[in-house]
Amino acid sequence: MSASTPQRSAAMIASIADDGVPTTQAPFGHALAELAERDERVVGLTADLGKYTDMHVFAAAHPSRFVQVGMAEQALMTVAAGMATTGLVPFASTYSVFATRRAYDFIALDIAEPQLNVTIVGGLPGLTTGYGPSHQATEDVAILRGIPGLVIVDPADAVDVEQAVPALAAAPGPAYLRLLRGAVPRVLDRYDYRFEIGRAAVVRPGNDVVLVSSGLMTMRALLAAERLSEHHVDVSVVHCATLKPFDEETVLREIDGPRLPLTLENHSVVGGLFETVASAMVRRGVSVPLRPVALPDEFLDAGALPTLHDRYGLSTDAVVTRVLTELGRG
Amino acid sequence: MLTSRTPTTRTRDTAVAACREAAHRIRMGVLVQGEAQGEGYVAQGLGAADILAVAYTHLLRLRPQDPDWPDRDRFLLSTGHYALLLYSALAEAGTIPVEELRTYAADGSRLPMSAMSTYTPGVEISGGSLGHGLGLAVGTALGQRLQARPSRTVVLFSDGELDEGSTWEAAMAASSHRTGDLLAFVDMNGMQADGPTREVLDVDDQVARWESFGWRATRVDGNDVGALVDVVGLAASRMTPVGVPQIVLCDTRLGAGVPMLESREKLHFMKIAEDEWPRCMRQLTEQHEGGRR
Ligand SMILES: Cc1ncc(C[n+]2csc(CCOP(=O)(O)OP(=O)(O)O)c2C)c(N)n1
Ligand SMILES: [Mg+2]
Repeated sequence: MSASTPQRSAAMIASIADDGVPTTQAPFGHALAELAERDERVVGLTADLGKYTDMHVFAAAHPSRFVQVGMAEQALMTVAAGMATTGLVPFASTYSVFATRRAYDFIALDIAEPQLNVTIVGGLPGLTTGYGPSHQATEDVAILRGIPGLVIVDPADAVDVEQAVPALAAAPGPAYLRLLRGAVPRVLDRYDYRFEIGRAAVVRPGNDVVLVSSGLMTMRALLAAERLSEHHVDVSVVHCATLKPFDEETVLREIDGPRLPLTLENHSVVGGLFETVASAMVRRGVSVPLRPVALPDEFLDAGALPTLHDRYGLSTDAVVTRVLTELGRG
Repeated sequence: MLTSRTPTTRTRDTAVAACREAAHRIRMGVLVQGEAQGEGYVAQGLGAADILAVAYTHLLRLRPQDPDWPDRDRFLLSTGHYALLLYSALAEAGTIPVEELRTYAADGSRLPMSAMSTYTPGVEISGGSLGHGLGLAVGTALGQRLQARPSRTVVLFSDGELDEGSTWEAAMAASSHRTGDLLAFVDMNGMQADGPTREVLDVDDQVARWESFGWRATRVDGNDVGALVDVVGLAASRMTPVGVPQIVLCDTRLGAGVPMLESREKLHFMKIAEDEWPRCMRQLTEQHEGGRR
């Protein structure tokens, strides 16, 4: 411990943007506000986290269509469900941990079972804050994947978020959107990519390695792929923006072959993308060794987010090193 | 030693003076942590400092060097983001070294930004997710009563936590199970994440609401140390294993004790610039020495 230069963690305001990557401010809030101009069924709700889930942008644009339920996540889900039964299309935001852990019963029975068109918007999915286990939603997908008929979307960047918002409103049933908030990286517009519910996309072709990724790990995969090309490693990136329903066709076609396949997810190794792909492989008789880049099955440390992403293997540097090691070139 | 100190052995004036001194040191510890990390819920910590000063100086029976002593009174911080305030109170009590406050929220520190019992001696529960503390307090009080331990349970939660259903579920459990050794403080700072409490959700009329839930409720100026000492003394005298649970609703001012923060726009997350910390500390000391705090 040094008295003069205490080591700072910036645990509260953490950015997921790698250096030099362009960002867009509050893409979710702006996309929802814009959608509401065209579709008067759209309403927004939050449980005292409007400012922290970019819902405040919608609230400012459409104050009469915004409902603040206070810090009450169970009420958030039941109120959203009630509004949906009247024909509205609610987007309800809180942090992923509180949506999944506290309000699960209300999501399952009031939103999902009746197949209502509610989008649950979860801020701080996976490991996107250094604030410790209370805020790190490392198992949000594992919790929600078991709910029949609930669409789970894990967007990579601002482009994905902007396209997912109108798509989820247009689709009839319930959905969970893993929110990227604040200054959100923008990478997919450099590729020929379009978001579609239930479709995985080969964003980048490559001959040596296949990275099957979702969420912000697709951004990391694309950055790692560029770096790996300097090591003469040709990397393909397959982005799974929808984790459920899962596009097994595309993913299994891509990993069934001589290339080294890895899954990359901002989630526990239990119950997320890796296990989704692995179970599809077993069911369809695809037998290749699949390696996960995922969070360990632990309550994670508190601290600085970049440090934690290095520690748990999610940073671009860590992905580059991991791929080289798997290729025997570490 | 706090264990040998009971409210009745001191005159009120000495108790108030001791609590004021403790509150000042606790506030300074909050600023030290905020400066070290460059951020933190400093305004809340300053606002609720008098409550913790009175609790730790005037109420709780603890063995600071033995935080696992089974008969200790329990202080449960439900509002995990008030961690820096609790750390400062634990430093004041002697459970953690004062110098350690500078490691607040640093990598590998025992003092994470959100309080967790698994990290810090003297921290009884893990906060961060709000609305847990009161239920944990009810269970703690029941557990201590069942084992006939002469121990009281004190919990602090925030006005934002009044929004959570879990708080009211616990409120009913407490009165129904007559946990008379339970005392709750609420930090009514009028603020929550999306803005002033009255703009987020109506939490008015709290005394009447708690009374209707079977509690004995009082509302005080939570930055008036004398008033807090009186209220806490009375509450302590009524505590008994089987009885009416008590709640003290404390109106506090964000940033209390540092005028430049008290007068600043009120926000859940108040930013303090790098060069402002020394001025905050100077103002805190001036206020204290001027007898204003
Ligand atoms: C269950 C839960 N829901 C939401 C949050 C996010 N959150 C953190 S602080 C906060 C405001 C709560 O009000 P209060 O504690 O009174 O805020 P303060 O006085 O510190 O501004 C919220 C909504 C949380 N930590 N836990
Ligand atoms: Mg408050």
